[in-house]
Amino acid sequence: MAATSTNPDNREAPGGPGTGKGTGSATSTTPTRRGTELVLLAFATVVVTCALTLVNLNLESQPPNQILYYGVAFLALFGLAHLAVRRWAPYADPLILPLVAFLNGLGLVLIHRIDIGNAAEAERAGDAFSPAAPSQVFYTALGLVLLALVLVFVRDHRTLAKYSYTCGLVGLVALALPAVLPSMIAPNINGAKLWIKLGPLSFQPAELAKILLLIFFASFLVSKRELFTTAGRRFLGIDLPRARDLAPVLVAWAASIGIVVLERDLGTSLLFFGIVLVMIYIATERAVWIAIGLSLFAAGCLAAYSLFGHVQQRVDAWLNPMTSDSGYQLSEALFGMATGGIGGSGLGGGRPAIVPYAKNDFILAAAAEELGLLGLAALLLVYLLLTARGLRAALAVRDSFGKLLAGGLGFAMLLQVFVIAGGVTGLIPLTGLTTPFLAAGGSSLVGNYVLVGLLLRISDASRRPQQPSKPQPQQPPIAEAHTELVERPR
Amino acid sequence: MNKPLRRVAMAMMAMIVLLLANATYVQVIRADALRNHSGNSRTLYQQYSTPRGQIIADGKLLASSEPTDSERFKYKREYANGPAFAPATGYFSFVYGRGGIEQAEHEVLSGTADSLALNRLQRMFSGQKQQGGNVELTLNPAMQQTAYDQLAGSGVRGSVVALNPQDGSILAMANSPSYDPNRLASLSSDKQQQAWNELREAPRDPLVNRATSTLYPPGSTFKLITAAAALETGKYDYNSKVTAKSSIKLPKVDAQLPNYGGSTCGTMPTAPLWEAMARSCNTAFAEIAGDIGEKKLRETARSFGFGQDLNVPMGVAPSSIGDIENQAQLYQSGIGQFNVRMTPMQNAMVAAAIANDGKVMKPHLVEKTLAPDMSVLDSTDSEELGQAVSPDIAQTVRDMMVKAEQQAGDEGKISGVQLASKTGTAEHGEGKDPHGWYVAFAPAENPQIAVAAVVEDGGNVGADATGSKIAAPVARAVIRAGLQGGG
Repeated sequence: MAATSTNPDNREAPGGPGTGKGTGSATSTTPTRRGTELVLLAFATVVVTCALTLVNLNLESQPPNQILYYGVAFLALFGLAHLAVRRWAPYADPLILPLVAFLNGLGLVLIHRIDIGNAAEAERAGDAFSPAAPSQVFYTALGLVLLALVLVFVRDHRTLAKYSYTCGLVGLVALALPAVLPSMIAPNINGAKLWIKLGPLSFQPAELAKILLLIFFASFLVSKRELFTTAGRRFLGIDLPRARDLAPVLVAWAASIGIVVLERDLGTSLLFFGIVLVMIYIATERAVWIAIGLSLFAAGCLAAYSLFGHVQQRVDAWLNPMTSDSGYQLSEALFGMATGGIGGSGLGGGRPAIVPYAKNDFILAAAAEELGLLGLAALLLVYLLLTARGLRAALAVRDSFGKLLAGGLGFAMLLQVFVIAGGVTGLIPLTGLTTPFLAAGGSSLVGNYVLVGLLLRISDASRRPQQPSKPQPQQPPIAEAHTELVERPR
Repeated sequence: MNKPLRRVAMAMMAMIVLLLANATYVQVIRADALRNHSGNSRTLYQQYSTPRGQIIADGKLLASSEPTDSERFKYKREYANGPAFAPATGYFSFVYGRGGIEQAEHEVLSGTADSLALNRLQRMFSGQKQQGGNVELTLNPAMQQTAYDQLAGSGVRGSVVALNPQDGSILAMANSPSYDPNRLASLSSDKQQQAWNELREAPRDPLVNRATSTLYPPGSTFKLITAAAALETGKYDYNSKVTAKSSIKLPKVDAQLPNYGGSTCGTMPTAPLWEAMARSCNTAFAEIAGDIGEKKLRETARSFGFGQDLNVPMGVAPSSIGDIENQAQLYQSGIGQFNVRMTPMQNAMVAAAIANDGKVMKPHLVEKTLAPDMSVLDSTDSEELGQAVSPDIAQTVRDMMVKAEQQAGDEGKISGVQLASKTGTAEHGEGKDPHGWYVAFAPAENPQIAVAAVVEDGGNVGADATGSKIAAPVARAVIRAGLQGGG
């Protein structure tokens, strides 16, 4: 509906401080702040390059001049993304891209650092070893391309609402695909059936499904808002929803349980349910949904714990990491974090590779060991800042669908960080989720770039000066009007 | 929708705060417990990733860390002449932990001590690799080597402790049998395990630091304390007449207490106290103990250090007189039999106190701790534990010990140096050869070295062993090494 009407405006909007100055038009009063973004990107590049230099100093992995090339390449890559934003989403939030660049860059440094550790271990054991950093660089580039494509093709986020049922269907199929496919194509890796493997390529469809289902839910909830707000019976002073309105929540809940049972993935299940719950809350403004959802969650937890051995294992490893058979990974992570202490061992100074899957699930533990509590706190605050910018866009954007989508996307990323960070630090039972932008893994990285692309698009819409719906002809002041030309309006 | 969005934003903030609080708990509050957890291999690798400090004594390197080719363990602990110095250095094993100075001064050696905090910071900013601090011991390497050679060279078991009477520094602390800490510092856990099992199964506990941990019956060396207690009562002096009988009946029991070899104490019916000491007459000292009473005996023993916790810095087992239930047992205790038990360290402290005008100095092994660049971090001040007896009484006991030295055989005598000494031959069970003791200090008029030596189970002599035969030559050799700077 809105896609065609706003497209021409994009073209006419000032591309940046250089082109949009001093025209005296209404649009120039809102700065695009693309210059800020570029400066922050350069700053992120400096931090990441320094981090790589530290790794190199401590582990003597490569010639120092190489690092400069890496730094320049990194800035060039994100510089291109910056140009894409400048061209296609000029009013987008200037913090989002630099924060993502910082996380992705630091992730690359950490993965490279863990590669070195793993290579040494593999050499001692006589095993073959292939580093993960190069493919992560490839997926970073791919992710940035997809981010640009999102900006190019989704000129107005409201267009997406039109495809909401398609998104929902594709998302559900993608989510269910690894569970139903034979294990030849969807192998069971580390107890979870989440991957699809086609030749050398493997990916987690759940990462894509997350975004598609978010779009579906946002659109669905906006169109059916009144359903959820219709009061049912009053019970103990609380307005309970009508029983039949519970259906969407129950479906989401059942789907989450299905994921746990069929794909054996607690993290994804928790993530989906949490997102649905919060989106219903945002759409209806009624806290009773949270209460209902949490009761269902508690019941689901109890049922899963009493029925499934792998859930019991996780809980046991969480409660007794030092003694549990399956607690090795967590106890090593905790040892690493404690050894890092407040200031950390310094990049390259610790032994994060001791923890199995340090570059995937446990990359935050590696960060906490080498960068210390201070580094971990900084990372968590960067995530908070990044997702808060998403919520800020949600607050500022004018349409309900945009609000719900941006709020959902922002919350989804933070919930994912909470679940995995809480898992590796022993706050909650460990579940296999990736750390957005930081952890090694192509699907997660690419998926999160698409997510950020959408956030950039919505933030662009929220800050863009409101265009008049039709260009108004300049009316001459009434005093200068020729009286004889006055016409009666038809 | 803005109200719930704001609330969700608050919830997100709360989630991050929760994560931060938990991370603080793990990385700060629980950090020490986790770092020291037995399952934490990182702490272990950490210890092997930076060079551990050196243990040195008088310029001689006792323990040092040498670089290796191993990825996991970048340094290996090496002990020059391990078995001789093992009682002091201890061991550093990643399977079996640490002992001796390696344990007591671990924080300095590993570089984690608070006193090295500034140093660590300097190294970090100047880009130098972290390194442990060094520990300089009070040991006299020549004396230590002599002590070990004397014991192990003749294949006997026992222990020697030598102190500087004026300041309490430990000049020698040797045991036999001993162990080679190099084997426990092997980089192969299999080899460590093999060495450990051999040592644990070996007869006579080579891992035990006899000097500080083994409690021996002191035999006649305890008469120094009985004599000091008697002099303190004021009822006795250097020439006091005491019994010279070859044997006396123990009070209220049907048993005799004879002198060694059944001989009388000189030719007269009574003997002066000094002669009773010189001839080590059991009958006289048993009666003295009975006369002055259990309370006085305990009091004096305690003032020499009995029953007190002591760390030098390794812990010293407290010596004790044991329970005394009746007069007969008091008689026996007065000559260092029955339940009286002393460590070689405590016996050396008795000799040192007498040599030092009655002042007991706290024995210590660490002279100073040094930063990696050898600048002094901390040096041990000599510490007075108390005045055991008055200087006059100390002088009187010293004179008696000079007389005793004249009776203590000639083996290993040092020409031109007057020793003050007391021998002991301690029975410790039916059918077992006696332990031989010898405590001494030299030179008698200007004491620089106090020594206690014990040789277990008759040494190489068997049932006829006496302190003067088996222990005196060992101790005299150690004193000679100290006074003349060589064996």
